[in-house]
Amino acid sequence: MTGAMTDPLLSVRDLVVEFPTRRGTLRALDRVSFDIMPGEVLGMVGESGAGKSITGASIIGLIEPPGRIAGGEIRLKGERIDNLRPEAMRKVRGRRIGMVFQDPLTSLNPLYTVAQQLIETIRTHMDVSEAEARKRAVALLDRVGIPAAARRIDDYPHHFSGGMRQRVVIALALCAEPELVIADEPTTALDVSVQSQIIEVLKDICAERGAAVMLITHDMGVIAETADRVAVLYAGRMAEIGPVREVITDALHPYTAGLMGSIPTLTQESDRLVQIPGAMPRLHAIPPGCAFNPRCEKAFAPCRETRPELMDRGNGREVACWLYDTVATGGMRNA
Amino acid sequence: MIAFIIRRLLQSVIVMIAVAAVSFALFRFVGDPIYSMLGQEASISDREELRDRLGLNDPIVVQFARFLGNAAQGDFGISYRLQMPVAELILQRLPATMELALVSATLAFVTGLGLGVYTALRRRGILSNIIMTASLIGVSLPTFLIGVLLIWVFAVELRWLPSNGRGAVVQIGNWWTTGFLTTSGRLALILPAITLGLYQMTLIMRLVRAELLEVLRTDYIKFARARGLSARAVNFGHALKNTLVPVITITGLQLGSIIAFAIITETVFNWPGVGALFINSVRFVDVPVMSAYLMMIALIFVVINLIVDLLYYAVDPRLRVDRAARSH
Ligand SMILES: Nc1ncnc2c1ncn2[C@@H]1O[C@H](COP(=O)(O)OP(=O)(O)O)[C@@H](O)[C@H]1O
Ligand code: SF4
Ligand SMILES: [Mg+2]
Repeated sequence: MTGAMTDPLLSVRDLVVEFPTRRGTLRALDRVSFDIMPGEVLGMVGESGAGKSITGASIIGLIEPPGRIAGGEIRLKGERIDNLRPEAMRKVRGRRIGMVFQDPLTSLNPLYTVAQQLIETIRTHMDVSEAEARKRAVALLDRVGIPAAARRIDDYPHHFSGGMRQRVVIALALCAEPELVIADEPTTALDVSVQSQIIEVLKDICAERGAAVMLITHDMGVIAETADRVAVLYAGRMAEIGPVREVITDALHPYTAGLMGSIPTLTQESDRLVQIPGAMPRLHAIPPGCAFNPRCEKAFAPCRETRPELMDRGNGREVACWLYDTVATGGMRNA
Repeated sequence: MIAFIIRRLLQSVIVMIAVAAVSFALFRFVGDPIYSMLGQEASISDREELRDRLGLNDPIVVQFARFLGNAAQGDFGISYRLQMPVAELILQRLPATMELALVSATLAFVTGLGLGVYTALRRRGILSNIIMTASLIGVSLPTFLIGVLLIWVFAVELRWLPSNGRGAVVQIGNWWTTGFLTTSGRLALILPAITLGLYQMTLIMRLVRAELLEVLRTDYIKFARARGLSARAVNFGHALKNTLVPVITITGLQLGSIIAFAIITETVFNWPGVGALFINSVRFVDVPVMSAYLMMIALIFVVINLIVDLLYYAVDPRLRVDRAARSH
């Protein structure tokens, strides 16, 4: 809407995440940069292992040691959150950034009622009475579509179906009214019949509250229907980012084009995202130059030598590919 | 809930009958009770008369039923060696064993839980590593060796603590004597309690640590952290409670073993408990005492198991529903 005029809600710049291992240091994220505007839905796609979950974990400050942020910065409304002290970061989690995980069956503590978990979370972040917290919790459960919320709130998680539990998880992620919600494959573990309802609830409720969403998913169909913009991640690097319609109809990056070519088959089988021959390289075997070059039909000389940086292509579109570098392509034509 | 308790009670009764059968077999077939009672000099007619009087000529089923009936009333016959009712002998010595077991179990549970939680939460700390290494030694040293080492250091070399007997005891009611109320009684408890509880403590500690580490990796803990709950709420409210179910089971069973293992500790420290009584009865083939001891230990295990199951039920809501669903 207001587009480039507004300041981003979240700004990730040159984020590097490393895992020291016995066989050397693995770079799970290598200089990843993107913004999320207030209230927008940013879709994030990429094959399994591309670094989507690690991106979410770095933003919310929960990378598991020995993994660590080794470079770059993350800003929330301009304020750096990647180097906050633990207690300060804890107050960001839940309160300013909410998180929805993949598997609702394992996301809830089996020993506490839904009410206990909601009220605890609300009262951790907001100075309200137990009764007030309970009132809010019931209203929220009702809003995410739990029938008879006032009664069901005192049930334990195992009393709910998978779809209902994911609604509870969404309520928990949103109960302290965060400005950003990171949803990491929120429907992958669910029955196909309830997937779209869950996405819809998540999208609507965030829209009502003006919360932005970072929606991580395998499912290009979901991205097409839900997201305002989409970011494509490949081997821990950004391949392309832009408004969802343009990226789908006119992908700039050859990898994105391959992904979009596979959309029709995706409605059934959303697990295998890619029909491009070959596989994404393992982290310890990323080729020099463009990480995609061994699988790329359009690869040419510079692709095997130097990594292409994200280039601004106007209209909010960015791509990391040598095809769009006039000097590189010029060089190729001359050769 | 009621149905569940009744079912568990029935199971317990069956277990006890099975143990009673073993006890009875021991009683009836190990050595000759007539021989043990009358000695070698008695005449054949004396023997036959006693055999008749004791009902040893009745069918075996009748004898077993009588044995069960008597046992249920706490009558385990007369000790061959001490010529006293077995039940009275055991009751006399039970307080010593129970107090020792209670102190040991509390010590094992409290320190085991504390150290387990500490080493799990400070997984990479130096102190954690020291504790873990020390616990390996604790698990691998035999009980009597620990006892002897403790006696050597604290009783013989340092002369801080007694190593022999219960100290002064106070009579409470008709059946109970306690060492808790006198200084010498309390001091006397320290070394045997540590000896008896050390193995269980290291076991509980390692279990708590392993379970807690496991739970800390679960999605619901990650989600609890992602909601910004405090470290205390996450670690103790959410994680620790989930480790309690397996910990309760093992701890309960350990309490049973503590009482059973008291035999060794009581021998090392000359502790006047049922374990020492049992050792002596084995030495003199005092079969009534042996079979009564066997049943007592079995009863303790059964009761503990029952309590453990009920605690489970209290901690884990999933069990409550499963039962309810099944009973519909
Ligand atoms: N604890 C870890 N140790 C080493 N490597 C890890 C660890 N966690 C994740 N990675 C690596 O980071 C990469 C990105 O993982 P992830 O973000 O989970 O991918 P996805 O896009 O499927 O969510 C993967 O290649 C994975 O192997
Ligand atoms: S940089 Fe080269 S290899 Fe990489 S996607 Fe573009 S054309 Fe293909
Ligand atoms: Mg993932």
